[in-house]
Amino acid sequence: MGKSIFSEYKNVLPKGLIEEVKSKIPSKTSDKKVKEIMEEVVKEYEKIRIEGGEGIGLVAAESIGEPSTQMTLNTFHFAGVAEMNVTMGLPRVIEIFDARKKIKTPTMEIFLDKKYKNASVKEIKKLSMKIKSIQLGELAQEFKINLSDYKINIVLDKEKLEDAGLETGDVVSLLKKRTKTAKFSKAGKNEIIADVELRKEKGPNEVFRVREKLEKLVISGIKGITHVLPSKRTNPLTGEEELVIITAGSNLKDVLKLDFVDTTKTKSNDIYEIEDVLGIEAARQAIIDEVYTVLEEQGINVDIRHIMLVADTMCLNGEIEGITRYGIIKSKQGVLASASFETPIRHFTSAALKGTKDYLHSVIENVMLNQPIRVGTGLPKLRYVGKIENSKAKKA
Amino acid sequence: MEADKIPVYRYVDSISFGVLNPKTIQDIATVKVVTPELYDKEGYPVDGGLMDTRMGVIDPGLRCKVCGGKIHECLGHFGYIALARPVIHVKFVKIIHNLLRCTCRECGRVLIPDEKRKHIMDEINRIEEEGTRSEMVSLVSKIISKTKTSKKCPHCKAEQKKITLDKPTTFLENDKRITPIEVRTRLEKINDEDLKLFRINPKTARPEWMVLTVFPVAPVSMRPSITLQTGERSEDDLTHKLGDIVRINQRLFENINAGAPEIIIEDLWDLLQYHVTTYFDNRISQVPPARHRSGQPLTTLSERIVSKEGRIRHNLAGKRTNFSARTVISPDPLIKLNEIGVPQVIAMTLTVPERITEWNMEYLKKFVERGPSKYPGANYVVRPDGRKKKINDETREQLLEELQPGYKVERHLIDGDIALFNRQPSLHRMSMMAHKVKVLPYRTFRLNPAVCNPYNADFDGDEMNLHIPQTEEARSEAERLMIIEKQMISPRYGLSVIGVLQDGISGNYVLTKYMKLPRKKAAELLGQAGLLDYIDKLPNKKEVDGKEIFSVLIPDDFNFKGECKDPDETEVIIEKGKLKKGVMDKKNLGEESGFMLREINKQYGEKFALEFIGNTLRLGITSLMFYGFSAHISDADLPKNVTRLIDQELEKAKQDVDEFIKKYKDGKLEPLAGRTLKESVELRILERLNKARNKLGNIVNKNSSKLTPSLIMARSGARGNLLNLTQITACVGQQALRGKRIEGGYKDRTLSSFKKNDLGPAARGFIENGFKAGMKPHEFFFAAMTGRDSLMDTALRTPKSGYLYRRLSNALQDLKAMKDGSVRDGDDNIIEFLYGEDGIDVSKSEGGKINVNLIISKVLENK
Repeated sequence: MGKSIFSEYKNVLPKGLIEEVKSKIPSKTSDKKVKEIMEEVVKEYEKIRIEGGEGIGLVAAESIGEPSTQMTLNTFHFAGVAEMNVTMGLPRVIEIFDARKKIKTPTMEIFLDKKYKNASVKEIKKLSMKIKSIQLGELAQEFKINLSDYKINIVLDKEKLEDAGLETGDVVSLLKKRTKTAKFSKAGKNEIIADVELRKEKGPNEVFRVREKLEKLVISGIKGITHVLPSKRTNPLTGEEELVIITAGSNLKDVLKLDFVDTTKTKSNDIYEIEDVLGIEAARQAIIDEVYTVLEEQGINVDIRHIMLVADTMCLNGEIEGITRYGIIKSKQGVLASASFETPIRHFTSAALKGTKDYLHSVIENVMLNQPIRVGTGLPKLRYVGKIENSKAKKA
Repeated sequence: MEADKIPVYRYVDSISFGVLNPKTIQDIATVKVVTPELYDKEGYPVDGGLMDTRMGVIDPGLRCKVCGGKIHECLGHFGYIALARPVIHVKFVKIIHNLLRCTCRECGRVLIPDEKRKHIMDEINRIEEEGTRSEMVSLVSKIISKTKTSKKCPHCKAEQKKITLDKPTTFLENDKRITPIEVRTRLEKINDEDLKLFRINPKTARPEWMVLTVFPVAPVSMRPSITLQTGERSEDDLTHKLGDIVRINQRLFENINAGAPEIIIEDLWDLLQYHVTTYFDNRISQVPPARHRSGQPLTTLSERIVSKEGRIRHNLAGKRTNFSARTVISPDPLIKLNEIGVPQVIAMTLTVPERITEWNMEYLKKFVERGPSKYPGANYVVRPDGRKKKINDETREQLLEELQPGYKVERHLIDGDIALFNRQPSLHRMSMMAHKVKVLPYRTFRLNPAVCNPYNADFDGDEMNLHIPQTEEARSEAERLMIIEKQMISPRYGLSVIGVLQDGISGNYVLTKYMKLPRKKAAELLGQAGLLDYIDKLPNKKEVDGKEIFSVLIPDDFNFKGECKDPDETEVIIEKGKLKKGVMDKKNLGEESGFMLREINKQYGEKFALEFIGNTLRLGITSLMFYGFSAHISDADLPKNVTRLIDQELEKAKQDVDEFIKKYKDGKLEPLAGRTLKESVELRILERLNKARNKLGNIVNKNSSKLTPSLIMARSGARGNLLNLTQITACVGQQALRGKRIEGGYKDRTLSSFKKNDLGPAARGFIENGFKAGMKPHEFFFAAMTGRDSLMDTALRTPKSGYLYRRLSNALQDLKAMKDGSVRDGDDNIIEFLYGEDGIDVSKSEGGKINVNLIISKVLENK
């Protein structure tokens, strides 16, 4: 089939559209028909193209702002028994648009590599335990303190040890690697002795301090991931069953380093982390995906273009800027425009110091001055070419 | 206003910001204010006082001594006060502090060695070229934090002392006070080049200007006084404040000249500083706010600008308009969708200016003849020089003679005029649309119920606003861009926001599903629905069915395939304008869901689509009247055997729950992954009870007659759903509070009528009765709990989402699509190269997509 026909339209139609037509045309269609179809598509496309001057930004803001009044404040999962509790609804949207550095419920969806496709539940559980960060305190049954000898007896819980896939010996070696506050040695089947003799000069209180430190010491797993929930789910697109580990807490960088993780699918809901690890383009996509899923969840129908536009403005400067007075609203527009948002005086003083000149490109500034705005029908200008007769007494 | 007195209008191109320097303050000033007195004995403003007529006038009759203008003509002029001692401007305290700390106290240079300084300058230039804003901010703050601790000047080797700020305006050097005079001389020493490191533009903001030596006095017109009924004058807060400043300043002058002791001078100086500070901002936390004698704090400059009620958001960004009206709305399904019923009273008050030409002179003369009290008349005649003349019995004859081309007549509203109609909150662009005026009797605005949805209006007392555009440009824009049919398809998701609703839906559902009428009766139906023109299209049969009746409205060449909401019907097929299969319900006709509406809109244009909706709505309503339709209590009646079924189902569920609880108490329950035992049992119970209610829904659905009116409404999507029906007839179900069953209240129990630690359904908010049977007291209480929770939720949500919306619209308001499909912001920076990655307008397309399949099949079929 005529490939050249399609490439003719490279500059006329968006790439995705050409691809779509390509895949949908029956393979036996003659070149002439293909051309005819393409002409039809171009005609249709020209008809539905966005018009010059259209105030797209405000339309996007309306499209997200208007339905946000209908969103619930607190959403909880009813039916999904096997789900983690994640922030949803309006609070989540606000969180994303604020570009908060610390989000309320960071979570990850870790997809397992293909070779684990037929793995048993037990194996997956084992893998997931590798991800979960475990503190020594969680494994221990008891911390026995021996003040006179400056020693701490750590009695480990057998079952929990098993769950974590560790043995007492492993714990000892891990402890040795992670901390130098004490000397560790195995003292029995499930017992470890931590020797704090070294710090004797600091007094007996030191023993308690060390115990506290040891309790919180992460001995295995990935930092930041507090809960794991291995589950199976069917991919809505392919219908295949997939193995997913849902986590509470997020650490994209370290998780992607693991060899059993499918790095192409694994995702986090922490936008800053994504920016850090994968870059701004990925962060943009993450913003779009996150907002879209939240809106979808609430049964709100918003076209993706509007969300894309918001995400694009947030990522415009190569870093994530929230839609706040510290973020894009400050960076973008003229002085009067940002003053009309919040903290006007501060904007005026800093503008005065810099000697800023405001060229009144913004909508709100022209509204203030009773002038036509530079959007929509305010954009084109009429010019009269020719003589002006009797130009006196022109009325307002 | 006479022609030569019309102020010159100019297009403002740009506004520059900067700090006023002392010289400019004196140059723009017309008066030197020297006395705090305002008026003399006769009540005239004192020369050199704060109300000096050279600063503008606010009294009618007086003329400004500078420009000769009267009140409203003269915009006012500045004055100035020469301060006896310099005073620090509060708003610049932070900058001054930083500058003092980072520059040498002796030579005024920055405390950075020259080479390092050069490096930093390079970095600044680089960021200016290509860096981000936050990079710049962090660089400047880094410069400041690094240099402020320097102990020694790298240029003159002078020892540096620690300078601290004693808020709000006092600077201390090694705990010794630096006077503003000293501060000013130090700031003077800083050279222009060094200021660039702090991102200060020396041309617009020399640091020494931040220490005031002369003080600008705002024009009188900016602080007008009010005359009370008693004849007493009440001055503006700013005038009070300025009076304080002048008074203290004069005292300070006198004391200095008299050689008073240093302490007295310093006290006065501090007092002057206080007054100047509070003049700028009366809400600084370390300063007690200046108050009226009554104890109410003065509103000074800052407070006037900031906040929602401040100058910017209230007066500048928010405009008020004439030619507008507001009243209660009420429905009228018989007017067109793009019409608005305007009460005659309003039509006689609001006017449209129409310019007289040779051709319409006679026509407009008649309006003038009828005058303001006879509809349709005119209220004013506008002469070419802009002077307005009211039409009344005395002036009418003269005006009629005077009329000639070039004059304008402000005539009453008549049918067909364009008006903008709006309902708050205006969350949408569809919240303000253009309608065509239809003048009607009585006192409410009438609108077609089908356009309620975009406005989010109902008729329980809602009021709406009407605006009449006054220029040709505005009218044509309204007609071409804002009229209902142009706004029909929402840009949010590409479906019609206007559609058939409520009775219209159930009517069409009944019509296309159950009705069969003799042809005569069908013609009567169409006639009653106001569809006389369509009667000819009825098939020539003795008896026509509902589908055929509906089909008369569909254009003859329309083909459509779609789905129904009704689960019993598989699909909708329309071939060549005939409804062949399926029924008409919400999915195809409804607002925000009508797929068929979108097709019609696309193929036959928005005008036709709007007409179609109106017709369909009327057809539906009339069909319903022919059919006889009314919801009654017996809709919720169930046969005895069904009630038994329901009881059995509930009993089963209860047993299951009891079993869960027993297992839980015995510790035999398997916990769910990642949950505690307690959570697991709760989740299981919740799941089981919800399942029970769903089952009840199915039972109700299965055992009710399909002809039950309430069920018809639910099935057609007109109003209500199956869940509502189940809750009425069978069981209200589990009340959930924050995603859980109800807990808390008393210790270990929800209400005192239960045993402690009772986990059973009833004790945790399961309502097993339906609304019709009535709830038990505890059940009612639980229902009230969740009811209040949801009220709380809405109350808390509204301000949150409103703020989010405000932020979004503020951030995105300048973005526009250009002709090449790119998206640009106010300064023409590119945000997206192609809008939405394909340049498609959502409101013109099918959910943002081209229907490629349709085009392909169309081309391939046309062989």
